[in-house]
Amino acid sequence: MIDSRRLASVTEAVGDTPLVRLRVVTKDAPDIPVYAKLECSNPGGSVKDRAALRMMQEALKDGRLTRKKTLIDSTSGNTGVAYSLFGAALGIPVKLVMPSNVSKARKDIARAFGTEILFSDPLEGSDGAIGIAKRMAAEDPELLYYPDQYSNPDNPLAHYYGTGTEILRDLGDQITHFVAGLGTSGTMMGTARRLKEHHRPIQCVAVEPDSPMHGLEGLKHMASSLVPAIYDRSMHDELCAVTTEDGWDMADRLAREEGMHVGHSSGANLFCAVNIAEKLQREGKPGCVVAIVCDRGDRYFSPVKWDKRYVW
Amino acid sequence: MDTIVRIPAPLRSLTGGADEVVASGATVGEIVADLEVKHPGLRDRLLDAKGVRRFINIYVGEEDVRFTGGLETALKAGDQITIVPAIAGG
Repeated sequence: MIDSRRLASVTEAVGDTPLVRLRVVTKDAPDIPVYAKLECSNPGGSVKDRAALRMMQEALKDGRLTRKKTLIDSTSGNTGVAYSLFGAALGIPVKLVMPSNVSKARKDIARAFGTEILFSDPLEGSDGAIGIAKRMAAEDPELLYYPDQYSNPDNPLAHYYGTGTEILRDLGDQITHFVAGLGTSGTMMGTARRLKEHHRPIQCVAVEPDSPMHGLEGLKHMASSLVPAIYDRSMHDELCAVTTEDGWDMADRLAREEGMHVGHSSGANLFCAVNIAEKLQREGKPGCVVAIVCDRGDRYFSPVKWDKRYVW
Repeated sequence: MDTIVRIPAPLRSLTGGADEVVASGATVGEIVADLEVKHPGLRDRLLDAKGVRRFINIYVGEEDVRFTGGLETALKAGDQITIVPAIAGG
């Protein structure tokens, strides 16, 4: 059977991402299927396409965003790529604030769509970038639209209607565990809300870096960060702290052993997912785990501005 | 010799909120040792058994110490040290 994917616009290419079963890194849990949901298959290459598109479309519908305004937001990268892509497709100029130590690849991608980038102090991290975007938007509300991915309900709703619904369609009653990292927390909030409506219980496990100073780009250490307004701790059942090294090593293994070259935060998600599967296997319990692959590893090839000769 | 060390936001919980602290030592390694005395816990955030953690960059001026002798990098008067995460968070 061939499904037609002849689409009228790049915006229609968002979502309906594949679930791929892992075979090798799960060898110690042969009876527990672990699936990676490849959000890197979105047209902008990351899970952030879903939230960015919905935030823009909903704001266009009710007039918060018009083609006479410029969209401005803070982003460590993937959301910026998504805004840039859909901004180009929908005819809306985009301006982004990001810490200057965001990977060069992502700055270049955003610029390729015509986006203007303003750099914030890398020592202040993403919270510093949020402050600048907020201030600029407040000073010029007539010309700037600030979607504020950390507070915008359309961020989690994109996952409620998209990610969560797709997982239930593809796995139905099989799925027992869902794993996603916390950045804005939109993926976990929206997907978990949908999964919790299912008639069978599904454990939702949130991944976060084990320390405020970490190398899992896109993830937030909630205890030491500005907590996003959309984040509700009660939406997930467990919090799994992953070290940078474990996330990076799993990303390497996924490339070499599964043919999936994913980013570091996805490595952390899959590290956690494989641990859950191994534990279920040891305990003789049934299960099926789904984890989010947020983006591809090639986003992280280029050294960042500050480390001109740095090799990972 | 006293050197100013600039501290990134995620580590300021260990420096009482300060974005700059002063530490003394003739090399980057000695500075890190002094930082640990003044701000316990900082060393483990910066170093592992192999040296500077992979996702942390320590600069003396504009130079990443990975390329100037690592923790043995000698300091001269007026040098400023900056600790920068290799990536941006959330």
